[in-house]
Amino acid sequence: MQPAVEFRNISKAFGAVQANADVSFAIARGSIHGVIGENGAGKSTLMSILYGYYNADSGRVLVDGQPQDIRTSHEAIALGIGMVHQHFMLVENMTVLDNVMLGNEGGFKLAARRGAVEAKLREICDRYRLDVDPLATIHDLSVGAQQRVEILKQIYRSANILILDEPTAVLTAQETASLFEILRLFKEQGKTIILITHKLQEIMEITDEVTVMRAGRVVGAVKTAETSREELANMMVGRPIQSELPRAPYNPGAEVLKVSNLQLKDANGVALLSDIGFTLRAGEVVAIAGVSGNGQSELLEILSGMRLPTGGQVEFLGRALPYAGRTNADGLPAQFRALGIGHVPEDRLRDGVIKDFSVMQNTVFGYQDHVRNRWGLFDYKKIAQRCAHLMKAFDVRPNNPDLRIGLLSGGNQQKVVIAREVAARPKLMLVGQPTRGVDIGTIESIHTQLLRLRDEGVAILLSSVELEEVRALADRIIVMSGGRITGILPIDEFDTTRIGLLMGGMHKSAVLETEAGN
Amino acid sequence: MKKTELPRWATGFVLPILNLMSALLVAALVIHLLGESPSESLRILVDSAILDPEGLAYTLFYASTFIFAGLAVSIAMQAGLFNIGAEGQMYVGGLGLTWAVLALDAHLPGILMIPLAMIGAAVFGALWAFIPGYLQAKRGSHVVVTTIMFNFIAANVMNWLILKLIPEGQQNPASRVFADSAALPLLNKAFPFLGDAPLNISFLLAILALLIYGVVVWRSSWGYQLRATGLNAHAAHYAGVKISRTIIVTMLVSGALAGLGAVNSVMGSTHYLSLNFPAGAGFVGIAIALMGRQHPVGIFLSSVLFGALIQGGFDLSLEKPNIPQETFIFIQGLIILFCGAMENFYAPTILKLINLTRIAKEA
Repeated sequence: MQPAVEFRNISKAFGAVQANADVSFAIARGSIHGVIGENGAGKSTLMSILYGYYNADSGRVLVDGQPQDIRTSHEAIALGIGMVHQHFMLVENMTVLDNVMLGNEGGFKLAARRGAVEAKLREICDRYRLDVDPLATIHDLSVGAQQRVEILKQIYRSANILILDEPTAVLTAQETASLFEILRLFKEQGKTIILITHKLQEIMEITDEVTVMRAGRVVGAVKTAETSREELANMMVGRPIQSELPRAPYNPGAEVLKVSNLQLKDANGVALLSDIGFTLRAGEVVAIAGVSGNGQSELLEILSGMRLPTGGQVEFLGRALPYAGRTNADGLPAQFRALGIGHVPEDRLRDGVIKDFSVMQNTVFGYQDHVRNRWGLFDYKKIAQRCAHLMKAFDVRPNNPDLRIGLLSGGNQQKVVIAREVAARPKLMLVGQPTRGVDIGTIESIHTQLLRLRDEGVAILLSSVELEEVRALADRIIVMSGGRITGILPIDEFDTTRIGLLMGGMHKSAVLETEAGN
Repeated sequence: MKKTELPRWATGFVLPILNLMSALLVAALVIHLLGESPSESLRILVDSAILDPEGLAYTLFYASTFIFAGLAVSIAMQAGLFNIGAEGQMYVGGLGLTWAVLALDAHLPGILMIPLAMIGAAVFGALWAFIPGYLQAKRGSHVVVTTIMFNFIAANVMNWLILKLIPEGQQNPASRVFADSAALPLLNKAFPFLGDAPLNISFLLAILALLIYGVVVWRSSWGYQLRATGLNAHAAHYAGVKISRTIIVTMLVSGALAGLGAVNSVMGSTHYLSLNFPAGAGFVGIAIALMGRQHPVGIFLSSVLFGALIQGGFDLSLEKPNIPQETFIFIQGLIILFCGAMENFYAPTILKLINLTRIAKEA
């Protein structure tokens, strides 16, 4: 049988950077094919070539055995190739139906075609169990449902080859499971799926074959049944990765943070956080697990001073944090920093750095008042020394302090942020999504840094949507759902199913009862 | 490696020059259509605005006002605020200095009168910018809209106030003439070759202001917070910057700089407050800030360019009756078009050229 897609000797360079070098492999019809690799391994470039965004410098793409010169995404769609991007391409304030019809209206009169399209969408939803209401508005849908709309769109446009770029990055465990159900159904119907991911577990769970890429080249092509996570990880990174990082025995010190009865309501009175209460001690890592959007971001924003709570108390080192009597949080983060609270924000590019500032300028971001002389001017000599020291200690690459930080990879940007916050010697460190958009090699070094900080006696509160990360770092786990804490458990009670249930909103007592019943 | 963005020398130097050349080329075409020789016109322009010492002094006199206007717009731009209201702030600044002078010029010597008048100009300009700044910071009303409106309000309020200031028996819609104690020292006292040009100490103040601006924006903690706010307000908040206060203070500084722009012409040349004296200088400030990319050197060079166009334009229209004086405004518009709106028009081409030469070198 002809492979659905075949890459033959694809090379693509951006200047001196060889994004793809002599890439050849085939994807069997009716299979789920995984493409894995670190950030910058060339996965996305290759898929962009298949989808017509880029043209290869040399080499050929064959679709259904026929050499094709795909120059635009229109041509790719015409060949039955569909792509679900990591960042959804949906108009938020339009309905599912209108989003599907967008660019595909089939004439001037929209209303006339709506009925027919809606019927077809319902039929597709039924067949593939997509569970999407064509008349719902996008911004009312959960992230998982929005992704299903993207998939629906591709099927409606009769895609037979579906490319999914990091589809589970934003999904809960449950949503991921249901996505995989849908993908399996596709496979049964003879469709071909290309899954781009860096999560080994997913590769093992759902793919038939895997192609591993590193530095633009194919470094491995194996059948999933004949490989293991460890082998894939080694191929991907090119060296064995440590799964258990060294850490001192759990020996927490004095109480650093005490949150009680914390409340947050938005402008419309909708509760974003309800009755949040927990403590955090020196030298321990408490990790908040939860699906993104369940109040973790808001909690960290409040604790870092970026946002005011609408009720409750927070004590830091025995003293109430100064929320009271304020109408806005303007300037509050500076006060919190001075008290000894460091913050690595979850959305690096939105909050953590100024993209257009140099690496050096970003190493004083948030501490700009600490590096000025008595004239209010920056002491650039001191800043440069400090920056050189941090870049070396945290292995920031490339080692050029004058480079705009926006030009660094996500992992290196994150290293700069963490270096900056660590350098301020905080007593409490808040970390949101420590390794979002960071490649495997860097994940390990960031985890090592955080654990070292813990061993030095810093209290760390981190939130992560990656359960693996929670398991790797936490001493205790807080699970949040719907703006409430549904459970607090020590790490030795870590259990994916249990946490999954708590994340889904079931309370700890109920979960324990269920488990006892089994 | 293939470059995806232009190096600094290209954005800071090549691009503005190309844009300027394009504007002048279109201007040359129009002059040609008017039946005059573009090359001769250019010669007259350069002769009278740059090469002749007195002409150059006039050029720098006009440039002094423009530098303040350009700085006013630039500092607001650094904080992400588009202050269209420099014109109105300068106009109201003129009122501030005039009130100080009218009240005190008979009693105070120049050494006290002049600084006091300058403070009056700065304070009034700042106050006029405060309201839009406050509304932006606290209520989210966009400064572009409010500052435009405040230009109109300033124009009409000033119409009314100047009527009150006209001394009895005077035809000219202006205040009385200031006493000598309020006249800025002219530079031609020290440098006689400058002729009759009213180039005065406010030119030196403008240079000083450029230097202070450069240091404050790029070397001070406050300037850092200002630029952070302009580039990414979310991140600035994370970094502990008081966003509303930064916005308000920036608008105050911007308005004060625009207000100081009034000092040059009112106290250095006319010596009275007249109707609509800024004559568009505040708007020229927008062009200067865009063309000079909010950099002190850029602001200085573009201010001199616009000063030269005014000075050269006068002489050109005298010598070439076919070229009306409004041609200057026309050329000014072209420069704004090419350097502002079409700022990056040539960027893709330059990028391509750079990459081609690099590939050629590598091969």
